Amino acid sequence: MTPTTPSQPSLAASHKGREPLRFLNRSTFPFVATVLVFVLLYTAAAIHYTGFSRPQVFLNLLADNAFVGVAAVGLTFVILTGGIDLSVGSAVGCGSIIIATLVEKQHLHPYVAILLVLAMGTGVGGGMGALIRYFDLPPFLVTLAGLFLYRGIGLLVSTESVSIMHPLFSKLSMAGVPLGDAGSLQLSAIVFLLVVAVGIYLSRHTTFGRVTYAIGGSEQSALLMGLPVGRTKMGVYALSGFCSALASVVYAVYTSSGNANAGTGLELDAIAAVVVGGTLLSGGTGYVAGTLVGVLIFGVIQTAITFQGTLSSWWTKIAAGTLLLLFILLQRAMHRRAR
Amino acid sequence: MRRPKLPPTLVWPLAALALVLLYDALTIPGFFHIEMRDGHLYGSLVDILNRGAPVLLLALGMTLVLSTGGVDLSVGAVMAITGATAAGLIARPEGFALAGLDLHGSAPAIVAVSLVAGLAAGLFNGALVAFAEVQPIVATLILMVAGRGVAQLLTAGQIITFEHPGFQFLGSGFVAGLPFPVTVAVAVFLVTAALSRGTALGLFVEAVGDNPTASRFAGVNARMVKLLVYGFCGLCAGIAGLIGTADIKAADANNAGLYMELDAILAAAIGGTSLSGGRFYLSGTLVGALLLQTLTTTILTKGVPPVLTLVVKAAVVVAVCLFQSPKFRAVAGRRFRRDAA
Repeated sequence: MTPTTPSQPSLAASHKGREPLRFLNRSTFPFVATVLVFVLLYTAAAIHYTGFSRPQVFLNLLADNAFVGVAAVGLTFVILTGGIDLSVGSAVGCGSIIIATLVEKQHLHPYVAILLVLAMGTGVGGGMGALIRYFDLPPFLVTLAGLFLYRGIGLLVSTESVSIMHPLFSKLSMAGVPLGDAGSLQLSAIVFLLVVAVGIYLSRHTTFGRVTYAIGGSEQSALLMGLPVGRTKMGVYALSGFCSALASVVYAVYTSSGNANAGTGLELDAIAAVVVGGTLLSGGTGYVAGTLVGVLIFGVIQTAITFQGTLSSWWTKIAAGTLLLLFILLQRAMHRRAR
Repeated sequence: MRRPKLPPTLVWPLAALALVLLYDALTIPGFFHIEMRDGHLYGSLVDILNRGAPVLLLALGMTLVLSTGGVDLSVGAVMAITGATAAGLIARPEGFALAGLDLHGSAPAIVAVSLVAGLAAGLFNGALVAFAEVQPIVATLILMVAGRGVAQLLTAGQIITFEHPGFQFLGSGFVAGLPFPVTVAVAVFLVTAALSRGTALGLFVEAVGDNPTASRFAGVNARMVKLLVYGFCGLCAGIAGLIGTADIKAADANNAGLYMELDAILAAAIGGTSLSGGRFYLSGTLVGALLLQTLTTTILTKGVPPVLTLVVKAAVVVAVCLFQSPKFRAVAGRRFRRDAA
């Protein structure tokens, strides 16, 4: 795999004015393709289904997929280093049930409960990162243990779904910014967009982000360059842990309940969204913005199948799998041509 | 007479298994009791073997896949596909996708067709990994996501129940006193061991996982090896799926084989098979699968909330990883020596 270091954009910039499509280099092409696919899918759905083009449908796309999206942004950083985090799905379930239990059974103030869960997620993520950093354990297995641990703890807290009656939660789930005729942007959608914005800033404009890309490009080179590889590796897992905890908060607010079984298989949806968003699973190449579009693509498919009404839910899975296949084959084809 | 030496990778998992069994012997009365009823063996130990058979089957295929440097996340979904195929072919419900295929309830034909489905799924993974050169995690993720969709498509979203004594034998029959799933798992284990260690096939698999370039220069057809290994993994998953379906007399596309891929990977990893490829230990996988099932059975028998299995599994994963990590061994070894001094 050719390492794609942050120096590539400047390389592309030196070709300025020579080629009309100069922004289409090897690392931006998957992202552009993703955006094109999203536009095509959305347009096709808007033409085919009456009412699909209403702005509120688009806004709901953001709100309905906010918890997947928030988790996927954290996961993007892990994948950019060439790692993987399988624990994000069960972290959502575990976090939501802990919030619900703390608020409803222990009568803790919701904000305290939320802060506790965010701290827990960051801590567990950082712990997994430490195992990976200090003992060179395979991320796949460590985060698999995280998956079991979260799910187990969540189910130990409560196997039943707990609904949250606290008035603050109903207020939060109703909150939103009215956008005039277009409808309103819900709080979960705002959180999602904020996380994406922070993610883009972190990945492109901070040392942390640069080192993340460098590790994914070539960990050896990054080490030899004297970059803080170990610290950053731990950091991305802590970040992913924080994001999945935040996703569990979004989930708890969105559904006004906690459920230990929530987020089953969410890790795969999130990975799929990241991959379709143009991030290579081998690390080093990709954009946080791509993950946003990836999440939206799966959202459009799901909404379109709901609009169709006659199609059953399993077509979502088959469509998601097929799309994933197409994107991966596209990435491979590009990779080969570049060689 | 030369005593056969125990491979070092087997020591830790065997010790763990012995520890759990010792705990069971001390705290659960009658754990080792096995009785013969109507010529069938019953008892906790037999139950462990019986319940552990599907995991062992999956883990055997997974072991070979892992040793090529890959991983197969789709085995759970493949179990659901073959289970749905078999149940559909037997019950032939309204809306079944293969309704045009009438096998007149012949058990061997149903098993054969379902296994072909499993093999095809495996070969699809293999083709993606070997020929399209897609990373194994991603390649098999596709079928993991879409496979359950396919299984639900086959069953039209219903849970198909059926009655078919011939087919149910797969799940609840007995051969020479032992449950039939155990017989199947042992047979597959022996065939795999004979093929991989009795011939050069096992070496080819390890060579591909250890160093693909070197193995190509040595004349190993790496692509064909990978294709076949993934195909074999799909076939094993297919057998496990049929056993599971026959056992509960129903095909549940949503829950059949859920999280089983993780158990299979765990069993192989406990047995000393490296996740980065290049080495595999079938006997280690056998011990790993038994250890996992013994843990689960112990927890269930002790009346501890079954969800605790997940926490225990998490602890086992981390412990196994740590013991296999050279860095951890170095640190722990140094600490130990310093304490001793």
